[in-house]
Amino acid sequence: MSRTIAPFGRRAATVTAHTRHGAYVVIRCHDAAGPTPRAGQFYMLASAERWGGGEGERPFLPRAFSVLRVRGRELDFLIEDVGPGTKRLCELGPGAELLLVGPLGNGFAPPRENREALLVGGGVGIAPLAIWQDELDVPTPLLLGFRDAAHARGAALLTGAAIATDDGSVGHHGLVTELLEEELDARGEELEVYACGPPAMLEAVRAMCVDRDVPAQLALESGMACGFGACFGCVVPTTDGYVRLCLDGPVLDARRLETAAVAGAGH
Amino acid sequence: MSVSFCGLELAHPIINGSGTFDAIAARRAFGDELIERFPFAAFVSKTVTLEPRQGNPPPRLWELAGGLINSIGLPNKGLAGYLEHDLPELAELPVPLIVNVMGFSRDEVARLVHAFSEREEVSALELNVSCPNVETGLTIGADPGEVARLLERVRPLTDKPLIVKLTPNATDVPAVARAAQEYGADAVSLINTLRGMALDPRTREPWLGGVTGGVSGPAVRAVALAQIHAVAAAVEIPIVGMGGVQRGADALDLLHAGASLVAVGTESFRDPAAGQRVAGSLAELLANSTA
Repeated sequence: MSRTIAPFGRRAATVTAHTRHGAYVVIRCHDAAGPTPRAGQFYMLASAERWGGGEGERPFLPRAFSVLRVRGRELDFLIEDVGPGTKRLCELGPGAELLLVGPLGNGFAPPRENREALLVGGGVGIAPLAIWQDELDVPTPLLLGFRDAAHARGAALLTGAAIATDDGSVGHHGLVTELLEEELDARGEELEVYACGPPAMLEAVRAMCVDRDVPAQLALESGMACGFGACFGCVVPTTDGYVRLCLDGPVLDARRLETAAVAGAGH
Repeated sequence: MSVSFCGLELAHPIINGSGTFDAIAARRAFGDELIERFPFAAFVSKTVTLEPRQGNPPPRLWELAGGLINSIGLPNKGLAGYLEHDLPELAELPVPLIVNVMGFSRDEVARLVHAFSEREEVSALELNVSCPNVETGLTIGADPGEVARLLERVRPLTDKPLIVKLTPNATDVPAVARAAQEYGADAVSLINTLRGMALDPRTREPWLGGVTGGVSGPAVRAVALAQIHAVAAAVEIPIVGMGGVQRGADALDLLHAGASLVAVGTESFRDPAAGQRVAGSLAELLANSTA
């Protein structure tokens, strides 16, 4: 697993762009003091203004986001407005200050010898697959699942996706894991799966890959207060007992997991 | 801003609350910059129990307006695992080490205190008494008699400073503090988290895997201030004050209420270097007030 060490402490980065992609917002910020993250690593984000600060309102804790893409010192984050934290982040426009800690956690590792990467993403979980495509730097098969057409517009942030939607408005009418199953049946022995998405999708990917003995690296999500191992809040059950997702993940080998349906994730 | 506390000479009065900063994990995340810019004047380690503990099932966290509820369940490697794996790494920190221990009986606490009293890497011990005594069913820290009997048993076992971490979930916290002082505690620390609960908004069932949890963050700052003030009026031993400290001004409040040291807890989750920031801003406030 690959990890870039984070500078100690929280730093301010200036938002340089805010773009809408269907149901999603991409916030770009200039992280002058930060190192280059690896694919699958994440940052803890908060806005400098109107974010807790002792005024007694939510959001209070920073929120964890996988980095979507990095270009020089510019970091992109993919955000969907689903709660008080993401709502506030989606409001940030150019010139706003973003507080960040990171990069944190372990990212994706390259595919094993004689195996080709196959990327599987669902919803806002497509984010770490974009930077992973950039890092792999070879044409990589990509399967993405979304709720509907507005969410499926996020697929344009990546390259060459086969799309499934729950409502059939774009691409395959059904689950992205149905597309994955076809790929695994056709040539599972040539593949290593990289997946990120909602808990039910990840659990289906985990079970499918473990059953077929196909290696899989899963980028999980769990409620996190700190992102650097202090709060012990983000544990997931593994074959070695509970591990802190922020330290030992967020990318974990599917075979280490008892389940990828993390309690409280996707909330 | 250096301060003397139970015989320890500290560079400033800001330390961490037990269980709110894992220096070993933070070194993995931030590398040696953590050591070079260590945010606390002393480091309090997470609670150690005699046997290893996995902790509570997730979910373990719930965000509140101005704070959070945690239901972590004291995961730790147990005494043997701590001595073998954690203590050597924590001994490399550039500040004194305070080890927090908890037992489910007086015998268990005695074994922990005895084991650490022999370790020169350990500068002081903090007793977490926010747990039931399995022999009496009483929460040790909620009952002055329980605290007295615990200290009677463990005080003779060590020359190291003993700090009793008081629980706010007690009827008469100053009475518990007086019992701690009378039976030989060198200091008390407060407040621990307040018991709280959250329901899953979809199912209306308890959200936390441990059903209830501990409330911390700025939401409890006023409670901390009141309890520290009351305990300071009841005892002469020094107080480590904590509860919702986010800024130098908050730390200054707790010092004025009667604390000798101030611990930063939940704010470190939002800003890993919060301890350093609070210490810096407190130094400025103190300099201005004496100018």
